[in-house]
Amino acid sequence: MRKWTPYLLLIPTFIIIVLFIYVPAEYSIMASMQRILPFGRGTSYIGLTNFLKLFSNAEYLYSVRFTILYVTVTVGIAIIFSFLIALLLVKKIPGVKLFRTLIFVPYAISPAIAGALWTFLLNPIVGHVSYFFQVLFGVQVEWLTSKPYAFYAVVFASVWKTLPFNMIFYIASIQDVPEEIIESATIEGASPLNRTWKIIFPMVSPITFYLVIMNIVTMMFSSFAIIDVMTKGGPGQYTTNMIYRLYLDAFYFQKPGIASAQSVILIAIMIVVTSIYFKFGERRVHYQ
Amino acid sequence: MKISTQKRTDVIISEAILIIVSLVFILPLILALTMSIQPPHVVFSFPPKILPRGLHLQNYVTAFQRVPFFRLFLNSAIVAVMITAGKLITGALAGYAYANFKFFGKSFSFAFLFATLFLPAEIIMIVPLFSLMVKFGWVNTYWALTIPFMASATNTFLLRQHFMMIPKELEDSARIDGAGPMAYFIKILLPLSKAMLGGVSIINFIYAWNLYLWPLIITMEDKMKTVQVGVKMLIDSEAASDWGVIMAGTVSAVIPTLIVFFVLQSIFVKSLTRSGIKG
Repeated sequence: MRKWTPYLLLIPTFIIIVLFIYVPAEYSIMASMQRILPFGRGTSYIGLTNFLKLFSNAEYLYSVRFTILYVTVTVGIAIIFSFLIALLLVKKIPGVKLFRTLIFVPYAISPAIAGALWTFLLNPIVGHVSYFFQVLFGVQVEWLTSKPYAFYAVVFASVWKTLPFNMIFYIASIQDVPEEIIESATIEGASPLNRTWKIIFPMVSPITFYLVIMNIVTMMFSSFAIIDVMTKGGPGQYTTNMIYRLYLDAFYFQKPGIASAQSVILIAIMIVVTSIYFKFGERRVHYQ
Repeated sequence: MKISTQKRTDVIISEAILIIVSLVFILPLILALTMSIQPPHVVFSFPPKILPRGLHLQNYVTAFQRVPFFRLFLNSAIVAVMITAGKLITGALAGYAYANFKFFGKSFSFAFLFATLFLPAEIIMIVPLFSLMVKFGWVNTYWALTIPFMASATNTFLLRQHFMMIPKELEDSARIDGAGPMAYFIKILLPLSKAMLGGVSIINFIYAWNLYLWPLIITMEDKMKTVQVGVKMLIDSEAASDWGVIMAGTVSAVIPTLIVFFVLQSIFVKSLTRSGIKG
């Protein structure tokens, strides 16, 4: 009896992950190298043709460049600001618990809702942020339908949504920095700025590394809802990132082969990103 | 003396910055709430209002008429509860297997499970999982909306880690008392893990309630969509400039997760940072 128990316990999990993750992943890889013949005559093997087509497709290459820009900017801002805000939130000052709760709220809000809220705030007629901008700079901007403002708009929504997640992790790990280290640095005359950059920041670097990887994944994939609600990849294709391109090619333009090739490229990118994490991020596991 | 004044200015500056930052993070929701109870003639008043003028609940009624929000809420609730329950069950069973048993193929199957972390759901959904659902005839059903998400590596790892921290002596003494492995699991291990199971459930509930891409592509009929997609339907509807109505829908859609969030916040933050999962 006891011998078989673990296998029985694992059955539900493995049925689901095999059927709904591995089988589809394998299908993607196969489909990326096939062409569906017309009139239901099945498929034919075309090797890497779909990939070569993609690499000479200007729209696809644009989506790759846009993804790199979008991910770099959003992850950079989300990491730096969450660290700075967390530094304030570990201080023993009145109301700090309330501040933490308030700043953490967007974590519970979905990317789609975040997109809807920022669509409203940036609306040139009814939006408060748009109004504020107009008062400050004297121009009325069509945020979601003009360049480069559409980019700023999706960046605002993405950072607003992601920063709280980072902040919670930074608060926990800054609190874990042993107080004696900071005290002795203070006694030796290290300025607050020095303490922050030479002691606290290096001490929390494993968390920073973890968050950078997590944020890259979030910005590459979960950004779909924000972009779909706010700009639909527009104006033109200006805010079409790789996941949105994949969606358009699969459902809008009905190109399963090209779409599957894009999926395979995204999976390859994920394997690289995740491997980097597990190769260099192991320390965090021991640290905990 | 000098130090204490310095400290006081430091506190005041920090406090001021934190007030501004908190406003940046909470104001979008408050402004949405204000807009949602604004009568139509105030919606377009310039400059935009921060505090509401009166209480105009008609927007909520209109939102629920324009899009079948009642049905969408029911769908979201079914989907979120089913996924949360499913993930909890599969995760607890598998976590127990990895934490308390030695068996042939343990490390291999663990690696196999682990490797799913390399495959983000969005990529799997868009072409292949969709095609699979077409083959199953599951398009437009609750099966498609829930079953593919009822197991995950992160859940299994979290619960495994937690079960491993529970002293082995408990299991040994239960066995001596004649309890089988399932009796020990149900009567001792699960009750001892209530807090952890609660935390995991909250994370999963918010994750499931907030799913967007999958319900968007796998449902064709409005009556099978979820509230997340409903908000997008409101924005895209013909009366798209009706911001009072759109924000009424948006505020309604966010209420369930906010309730879960505020009520169970402390458990939630603890299990989130312990797990380091993405949600």
